[in-house]
Order: sequence, then C-alpha cells, then structure tokens
Amino acid sequence: MKRTQWLVLLTALLMLAVTVACGGGQTAAPAAAPTTAPAAAKPTEAPAKAAATAAPAPTQAPAAAKPTEAAAKAGPSATIKIVSSLPMTGSSLGQTQTVVNAIKQALDEAQSKACNGAVTITFEAWDDATAARGAWDPDQETQNANKAAADKSIVAYIGTFNSGAAKLSIPILNQAGPLVMISPANTYPGLTKPGKGEAGEPDKYYPTKVRNYTRVVPADDLQGAVGASWAKQLGATKVYILDDQELYGKGLADVFEASAKKIGLQVLGRDGIDGKAQDYRALMTKIKGLNPDLIYYGGITQNNAGQLVKDMRAAGMAAATTKFMGPDGIFEQAFIDAAGKDAAEGVYVTFGGIPPAKLEGDAKKWYDAYKAKFNAEPEAYAVYGYEAAKVVLAAINKSCANPTDRKAIRDAVFATKDYKGVLGTWSFDENGDTTLTDMSGSQVKAGKFEFVSTLKSQ
Amino acid sequence: MATTSPTVRTGSALPRWARNLALTLLILYIVLLVGPIAGLDAPRIWQSIAAEPKTLVQVALVGLANGSIIAIIALGYTLVYGIIELINFAHADVFMLTAFMSLTVLGAIGVDQKSSSGQIFVGVLVALVVAVLFGALLNASIERLAYRRLRNAPRLAPLISAIGVSFILQNLGLFWGGLRIIFPVMGVNAAAPKTFPQLLPEGILFQDGPIIFRQKDLIIILASVAFMIALRLFVQYTRLGKAMRATAQNRDAAKIMGINVDTVIAFTFLLGGGLAGVAGLLVGLYNGTIVFNMGLTAGLRAFTAAVLGGIGNITGAMLGGFLIGLLAAFSDVYFSSRWTNAWVFAILVVILIFRPLGLLGEAGGEKA
Repeated sequence: MKRTQWLVLLTALLMLAVTVACGGGQTAAPAAAPTTAPAAAKPTEAPAKAAATAAPAPTQAPAAAKPTEAAAKAGPSATIKIVSSLPMTGSSLGQTQTVVNAIKQALDEAQSKACNGAVTITFEAWDDATAARGAWDPDQETQNANKAAADKSIVAYIGTFNSGAAKLSIPILNQAGPLVMISPANTYPGLTKPGKGEAGEPDKYYPTKVRNYTRVVPADDLQGAVGASWAKQLGATKVYILDDQELYGKGLADVFEASAKKIGLQVLGRDGIDGKAQDYRALMTKIKGLNPDLIYYGGITQNNAGQLVKDMRAAGMAAATTKFMGPDGIFEQAFIDAAGKDAAEGVYVTFGGIPPAKLEGDAKKWYDAYKAKFNAEPEAYAVYGYEAAKVVLAAINKSCANPTDRKAIRDAVFATKDYKGVLGTWSFDENGDTTLTDMSGSQVKAGKFEFVSTLKSQ
Repeated sequence: MATTSPTVRTGSALPRWARNLALTLLILYIVLLVGPIAGLDAPRIWQSIAAEPKTLVQVALVGLANGSIIAIIALGYTLVYGIIELINFAHADVFMLTAFMSLTVLGAIGVDQKSSSGQIFVGVLVALVVAVLFGALLNASIERLAYRRLRNAPRLAPLISAIGVSFILQNLGLFWGGLRIIFPVMGVNAAAPKTFPQLLPEGILFQDGPIIFRQKDLIIILASVAFMIALRLFVQYTRLGKAMRATAQNRDAAKIMGINVDTVIAFTFLLGGGLAGVAGLLVGLYNGTIVFNMGLTAGLRAFTAAVLGGIGNITGAMLGGFLIGLLAAFSDVYFSSRWTNAWVFAILVVILIFRPLGLLGEAGGEKA
C-alpha cells in the first residue's frame, strides 16, 4: 500500500517536472514573435549542426593519409565555435531571440564557413538568465564565462545583453587568452571609457591590461545626454529622475541628470525604485506634488516599468501634462504590454541607433532579409547581433593561419577600421567603442512604438 | 511576556530595564548614524509635511490600501503556521497562480473596461469563485503531496519542501504565461508582466489637493477587514474552528479527543489557499499588473507582516500588514524609495528585539 502511494507521488512529481521542462522550451517559442518563427529557425540550425558533425570526418581522413602536410600548413581546416550569452529566460527573450536569430542569419549567409571554406564555424546560444530571477543571473553569467574560457574551440563571445553581466564576464574572459567579447547591447559607459564610470573603471575589468571587450552600440554617455537634450526640445523644463538601481539604469540616470543640469533643465529630484515592488503610488503622489513636466526613468522593462507608468497615470499625471521618457531598456513591445495601451500612450524612448523599420541602405536590405527568413519583426537590438557576428566573421577571415588563436582574433577585432557594415561605415576606437553615434527617439502611439526623429549627440 | 522567555533569563546579569535602555541607545545611535544616508532628515521631512499636510493623508490612504493586500496574504501564512508551525513558502506562489487563473477566467469570459457593469459584476464573481476554488484545491493538494509525509520529520524538512514547491509553482506560472495561443490575454511574452483589465470602479469618492480616494481603495480595505473578521469569528465560534484551535494547541491531545487531525489540517490549507485566491484576484484588479515572480516580494512582505503582528495570530497579521503598508508608503515619500525595504526590515528588527513574539504574539498562547 505504502509503496503504491510513493509510486503515485513519484509519477506525479515526474509529470510535473516534465511539464515544467516543456514550459522552458515552449516559453522560448511564443516569444520569438509569431509562431512561425521557431519553425523558420529550425532549418537554420540544421545545416550548422550537420556541418559540425560532418566536419571531423573529412578532416581526419587526409590527416591520416598525409600527416606531415597537414601539420605543416598550420591548421588549414578547423572547427571553431562562437557562443552568445544573453538572457533567454524571462521577458528579455523577446529582444534576445531576435539577436540570436540575426547572429544565425549572419553565419548562414557565410554558410558557417570562413577562410574559403577551410574553417567551419559552429554557434551556440547560451542563456545567462534563470527562471527564478526572470532576468540575467550573476551566477549563470559567471558560469557561462568560465565555460567559455575553458573550451579552447571558442574564439569569440557575443554578449552580454545587460551591462551588469558584462562586469562579471569581462575579467574572466580577459584572463583566458584573452577571449574577445562583442556586446550587441551593453551601453554602460564605465565598461570601456575611462573617467565616465566609477573610480577604477574600466581598468579594473581588465586584469591582464589587454582590452578584450568591444561593443557595436553607442554607450550611454551619449544616450543619456541625447535624452536630456530631447527632453528640452520637447518643451520640458522641470524633470524628475528615477532609476531601477541597476548598473545600466542608474548609470543612464546619472548621465541624464548631469546633462539636464548642464543644459538648464531644473531637476526636481532623484530616486531609485524597487523593481519588484507591487506598486509605486506613494512615490507618484510625492512626484505629483512637485509638479514636473517630465519624468525620466533609467531602467529596464523587467524592473516594473509598466507598473510605474500605470501608477503615474493613476496619480493624475496624464500624458498631455507630464511626459514619461525612458531609454532603450523599455524600447520593446513587452513594455507596452505590461503598462497597458492606455497608460503607455505617449511614452518617449531614446535608442542608441535607428529602429529596424527605419533603417536605410544596406541595413534596409538586412531588415528585409531578416523578415523573409524568420517571418517576424526584428526587435531593436537584432541588427547589432548581426553586425557583431559579421565583425567576428571578418576577424576570423583575417586570421586564417591560426583560426583557433584567441589573441589573433582579438587583435583582428580591435583592428576593425572603416568597416562597411549594415549600420554604415564605422571603426572601433582604442577603447573598443563604436564610432557610430546615431541615436533616435520614438514614441508610443496607439499601442506601438513609432519613430519620431533622429537625435544627434553633441 | 518576556519573563517566560529563557533568553532573557540566561542572557545577562543586568536588570531588564538596563538591558532595554542599552539596546535603545544602541539602536538610536545606529539610526542617527545611518539614518541620514537612508533619507532620514528630520527637518526636511518636517518641512515637507508642514508645507503640504494633505500629502501625509494620501500617504496614509495608499499605505492602508497596500497594507490590506499584504494582510490578506499574511492571513494565509499565519493560519498555516498557527496549526502546524510550518512557514508555507509556497503560499505566495499559490497567490501568484490564482492571479493568473483570475486573468485567464476574465479573458475567457471576455469582460473588459468597456463591458456593462452587470457583465463586469458577473465576470468578477465567476473569477472570484474559480480563483478561490483553484487556490484552495492547489494548496490542499500541496499539503497532501509535499507536507503530510513530513509532518513528523524534523522541522527543516517540510520547510525545504515548501521552498521546492515554491520554485515549481513559479515555473508553472512562467509556463502559463506562455500559453498565448490558448489564452490570448497573456500577451506576446511569457515572462513579461501581464496587464489586468481595470474592472473595479474607478470613481473618485473624495478629492482634495493631493488626496485622491477612489471607490476601489475603499473596496480593497473593506474586503480585507471583512475577511479578517470573518476568519476570526470562524476560528472562534464554529466547531471546525474549535477543532483547529485544539489541533494547534496539542495535536496528540486533539486526536485523543476524537478530532480528525488530518482533516483539520487539510481544511486549514483549503482555507489558506482560498484566501490566496481572493488576494490574487484583488491584486490583479487593484494594481493591474501580474507577473510570474510577483509571489516572491509579496510573500516576503506578507510573511514579515505575519511575524511583525505575531505569527499565528489573525488580528496580528492584519495589524502587521497595515503597519508595513503605511511604513513603506511613508518611506517612499519622506525618506527615499531607494531605502524603503531597508526601513521596513529595520523596523521589523527593532520590534522583534523588544517583542520577540511579535506585536500581538503570546508565548504558547493563542494560535490560529
């Protein structure tokens, strides 16, 4: 009797576990936007995987026949790996899935080959988030970085999505070769720029003194400043500044505050919010009392930006009288879903680049190709994922002599000069920052983000 | 109360009043030292209260409304703890799942802001019944599957089991949020916060400067007080309530007196789950946003409220909830919202130093 009871319990638990495991898989599917996306993505994986499994066979055969020749040519054929580390569990998935798609797209265009077919490239998309946090997790990111450091076939690390995560993985990868990192989304200035972050930044992230971190997006010292000048253009004079107490959000709010003061906006106050609080009505009561005409929020959707806007409207600050502005951290459909169409209406966002649908030239071609391939709209960061993957490919092509040499790949990435990418012609400066400075401003209209204007950084 | 507490007797040779005085001085010193960093600037706070005293009234109203929600969740913690001395960490996640259930039901019925008030009333009523039943059954089956076997195990075992269940429920919530194909209300993204239809009457009952008191604020405060009183009366005067109290006092003696302890405990979980269902629906309707990991913060605050009021004590949980709601709102406005959690827990520590059993807790006395 007792045994059967235990069996029942065990099966029940197993079923639950299976359900949850399926949950993990299926959550990935719907968020890729329309349901067709996963189906479209699958053929993409197939050739890459086939190539990966097929590659060792031909490599071994000639090596066995002519061992001396193979050794002399210094790795004419090799299989190397690129990984991405992005939060794929949690509400960032909407963004990160399109970034991963774009990376795959770039590799597919090269048929996962470099150096005239001699080098086969495989790609793995790693997750640095956990379900319990619903966002990136420090332990998971550290684990990913250590895993990458240990796997000698990995030559490039595309990530991270959150600046706080980059802080942890840069030093680990810095001492592993150094292994080059290219971020499609980090915007915290202190990761690369001396004097723009806290004391000791950015040198403390690079224990070997050799830089190994680059990013293809403009940093927040530009975005925050552009936000402030746009606020002034929109007619705001008195602003209240909030942040979500994370590296990215607080850094942005700091820059916004400094720039706002510089260009003559009156800063009424500054506060941090608890991203997991149930509501912000008390805080909004206080802010309403100060009567600002714009509230700036430095932070991400996942730290309850939706509720913040809801409570702001409920406290009597309508879109017509008090504007709400945020950075690219809330520039995603998930934000509008969370805030509800009514409350989100009229919210302004800045973005360190041009929204996908407004891209021109080569970027437009990329946009059309992406839509054709995945049958879905790319989110804002997808194009940077594509550009990052392209830069890695170019770097591998430049170091064909020894494609598994991390140092050589790093040097090639940092040497990127006047690169003609989909975003335009740009270079990496000595800090590993892009020379691109195009910014844009959008606004929520009828439940969708609509492009308003390009913003120039002074 | 403290005279019966062994820690006080064995702690030190100093008389009690001297120890308390020393503690008070130490706390004052720490508060004066750390306070200003955390926004405690008495002249500035006084000035802003004097400049606009009505804001203080609004803060109190917001605090009361938030406190009511915390209190309803806290009732579930305190009820279960009172009976079997288990901190049911899964309770807050049951609450989260009931919120998802309410949203699913409301989405399936198809009521939204634009529906007629009759439709809204029926919709909310159906959602309430379903959420309560769902929460009750879920909580009772958790007890059956995960806790009953461990009832005579060391006390840490069911606690760890509860934490495990809490993780499973969170993942279920994440899974549920991704079922957009079946439930379109869930939105594009599995893990993103879901927006709840605004169905409670938004009419303004009273407005004066910064003071805005809406019908829904009144509803939520009244609902939580009503539930507290009903629960209190139930435990005090019904047969089942008496059986609950007997089980809480001494399980073995209750068994000897012919009380089916298993049934009573299962019923307690049913009741707690039902309350979680009420809270889930109310939070959704009131705040308008639900997310799969909202159980964590809500649970932390509610558990704190239960401890603050004296865990196992129904009125205490209510009092604790209101206190925490008020304190958090006050801190948001007059200290610094950056430090709100620190303030809430600092006050908890201070109260527990002087009253280790909580505000209304009594050693070995009234439970449930």
